[in-house]
Amino acid sequence: MSVDHFDEAGTAVQAALDAGARYADARVMLRRTETMSARDGAVEDLSSDESAGIGVRALVGSSWGFYAVPDLSDAAARAAGRRAAGIAAASALVPGPAIDLVPTGAGTASWASRCEIDPLSVPLSVKGDLLVAATAAARDAGADLAEGIYQIWDTRKWFASSDGHRIDQHIRECGAGITASAYGDGEIQRRSWPSHRGQYGTRGWELVDELALTANAARMADEARALLTAPLCPSGETTLILGGEQLALQIHESVGHAIELDRILGWEAAFAGTSWLDLDQLGTLRYGSDLMNITIDPTIPGALGSFGYDDEGSPAVKRDAVRNGRWVGVLAGRDSAAMAGLDYAGSVRSDGWARLPMVRMTNVGLEPGPHTLDEIIAATDDGVLMDINRSWSIDDRRLNFQFGCEIGYEVKNGKRGRMLRNPTYTGIGPKFWQSMDMLSSETVAWGTPNCGKGQPGQIGHTGHPAAPARFTGVRVGVRG
Amino acid sequence: MSAELDLAARVVELTRRLAGPGAEAEVVAAHSAEALTRFANSAIHQNVADATTTVRLRLHLDGRTAGGSTTVTDAAGLQSLVERTIAASRLSPPDQAWPGLTPPTPLRESPAFDEATAAAGPHERAARVRDFVRAADGLETAGFCRTTYSSGGFANTAGQAVEGRAAEAAMDGIARLAGADGVARRASSRLTDLDGTALGTRAAAKARAGGRPIELSPGRYEVVLEPTAVADILDNLATFGFNGKAFAQHQSFAELGAQQFDQAVTIRDEPLGATLPFDQEGTPRGTLTLVQQGTTTAVSHDRTSAAEAGATSTGHAGAASRSWGPIASNLALAPGRDAITPVTGEGPTAASARALVSGMRRGLLITDFWYTRVLDQKSLVITGLTRNGVWLVEDGEVTAAVGNMRFTQSYPQALGPGAVLGVGTEIETLPDRWTGVRYTAPALHLQSWNLTGNASG
Repeated sequence: MSVDHFDEAGTAVQAALDAGARYADARVMLRRTETMSARDGAVEDLSSDESAGIGVRALVGSSWGFYAVPDLSDAAARAAGRRAAGIAAASALVPGPAIDLVPTGAGTASWASRCEIDPLSVPLSVKGDLLVAATAAARDAGADLAEGIYQIWDTRKWFASSDGHRIDQHIRECGAGITASAYGDGEIQRRSWPSHRGQYGTRGWELVDELALTANAARMADEARALLTAPLCPSGETTLILGGEQLALQIHESVGHAIELDRILGWEAAFAGTSWLDLDQLGTLRYGSDLMNITIDPTIPGALGSFGYDDEGSPAVKRDAVRNGRWVGVLAGRDSAAMAGLDYAGSVRSDGWARLPMVRMTNVGLEPGPHTLDEIIAATDDGVLMDINRSWSIDDRRLNFQFGCEIGYEVKNGKRGRMLRNPTYTGIGPKFWQSMDMLSSETVAWGTPNCGKGQPGQIGHTGHPAAPARFTGVRVGVRG
Repeated sequence: MSAELDLAARVVELTRRLAGPGAEAEVVAAHSAEALTRFANSAIHQNVADATTTVRLRLHLDGRTAGGSTTVTDAAGLQSLVERTIAASRLSPPDQAWPGLTPPTPLRESPAFDEATAAAGPHERAARVRDFVRAADGLETAGFCRTTYSSGGFANTAGQAVEGRAAEAAMDGIARLAGADGVARRASSRLTDLDGTALGTRAAAKARAGGRPIELSPGRYEVVLEPTAVADILDNLATFGFNGKAFAQHQSFAELGAQQFDQAVTIRDEPLGATLPFDQEGTPRGTLTLVQQGTTTAVSHDRTSAAEAGATSTGHAGAASRSWGPIASNLALAPGRDAITPVTGEGPTAASARALVSGMRRGLLITDFWYTRVLDQKSLVITGLTRNGVWLVEDGEVTAAVGNMRFTQSYPQALGPGAVLGVGTEIETLPDRWTGVRYTAPALHLQSWNLTGNASG
């Protein structure tokens, strides 16, 4: 990178140390984002945003403080460091236990995500024409409402810490999707491509080119209209086959959040919630069937949760979270890991310079299985196939979930049958995962660009490799 | 003139100079200072603050529209914002839905602004956390205390120029005992209104009454919802039902002039004093009656959705409302007018709900809702879970704690004609846990709530 901001980050760190911190780190981030949405063959909104600033974290005694400003001057960086230390000192009025930080082993480093076509350099007219054409095609095919969106994030960051880190990264992310809605008598059906809010990754515009939005638009409209007259998903307990996109969100909600160490330690108890997992059972607890192998892997090229280093300077490393159905790993940060007696961190990120780094998912995914979706259907006498998420809800311990999907199909005697509308399913996490008896090899690393957590709120970008899978004894067809 | 209005006016002039006299431009400059002291395991574990000025420009040039924003507010940063927004507008497809700019319009009078809240420091927030933790008397506690200050200026090329300030304080905490959580939360325009001791005491009382929960079968139950749960209903009604874009696109249940709610239901949006007195398009904010005694009377609009629906803007434009729709963020459910004999006592019931609970023969007292998501937008069928305390009520008395349950329920149907058995006479102002918006609500006594699952699945 031609211009770096290590000096400003270093100044802030030193100011925090001078003000009494025993550890400090600082992130300078420059982020450009671009979002365009279209409706029914016309661009609806276009916004190009730029944000730059520095966020400083200081540890005074056993208390943290954080302060951020959108000013990269030397004076502002120094003041931010002092403010962070001052806030940490105020925290000592209600102190917690002693805080240690597990080592990260990283010093000076530089990393950039792979990008073949810089998405910000693609002309707006080209990007607009794509959304216009795709939404027009869906509208022409009978959609009552056709919507499309793309989003681009281009983030450069410089991280410095009192442990000697000097790490810069350049991460480019983008993605897109379309939705066709059909209006019936008192209800709306919709179909989305390629997923319910699009597919995203740490890649360039080549990702969007591969999505074939326009080519799939008419089919989405057709299916949305067909859903209006399809029979309702039956209610009861049955064998459930989930498509990979829906399974990705199932992993996100019922595994990814559950293995966040800050939740397990109670740090999110009042808002995001805790976890049903107990650290005393790490290494022994049966989470799912033997087919269940979940990894935490920020090294997957192009997946949305990939990076070179997390926002505490820990290098990206692949780890097991669940191996052969047994819970073996967590998403951790330097302080939470030390508190839990673990020796690894690596899953801490912040949503921009103005937000505190916290434990976040990276790529949390299911390793592929031995089957194909066709084989799973062929092996199922009676069941329901569901895919493409429509709604999601889970309790604050990440146990009791209910999902709705855009589309379902009857599966009878090994064949995919009638389309079903308003498919939903519900269950309890470990019982559900222990019922997984078939798993496909057809893995896609789905991107989730809207993972909310923290106060003040932060939006995280996560990835979830997933393939179609089968579950037995699942309650489906829950209705209001 | 505030620094923010001066900044907005300078960007308007810069845009006019670089884009030409035919450009239609609107600029919001907003300074936001947010500080949040968060506690868990009865200790402050996260303590953050930031102060950010953001300039947002929307430009309509030669029939094409683009927007942009920056936090880089020096001369080079502003020049870059204007230049790239001009370039984006020139490359954008034609915008046939451009609604034009807000003409010069005076603001409505806002309640007084509290300087002390805007200037509050980390020690003042930490002191309230300390009081909450102490009041829980040994129970594990978690939550936050937050203060925010915003100062904004708006200017456009049509001559509208307005400015304003707002401050908010909020506290939200739980106390925990043997797997049972109790909650108390409050929002106000003044930090001095937040009493950590009172909130901690209330949360602890709920947690202590939540032990040994029974498991109830799914089914339809009569319920009393405490104001914390009612706030979730208001949130979802605002986001999906009273959203002017959803209304214009026939995705909302709302039918203007129709008796869609019980006569006991009156809902207003009351933003003045809670947020800046104008929206992102410079339209003055004011009280908007959405439901009057059960009849839907209005939805929230920005200029785009208003033009599409043949209405006028209600001052609800947001930075992304052209995409997501204009959303009212300060809904207030009017308290009941019937005289209800006050009921005092200890236990888990919020004071504002006690009178309603005393009138329930058999049903559930629900404190809070969690993770509510839309299953069907048109009928606003929502699924979610209870949280922070549920109790069985028999013959007007709380008889047992109940484990958390899942529900699947149409919100408008739950509040429909004849479905509201009572509305509390006391209101509470409550913070949203995710953003800075807030709601004002009494407790509600409803005929039926569809609980579709329990801890067993």
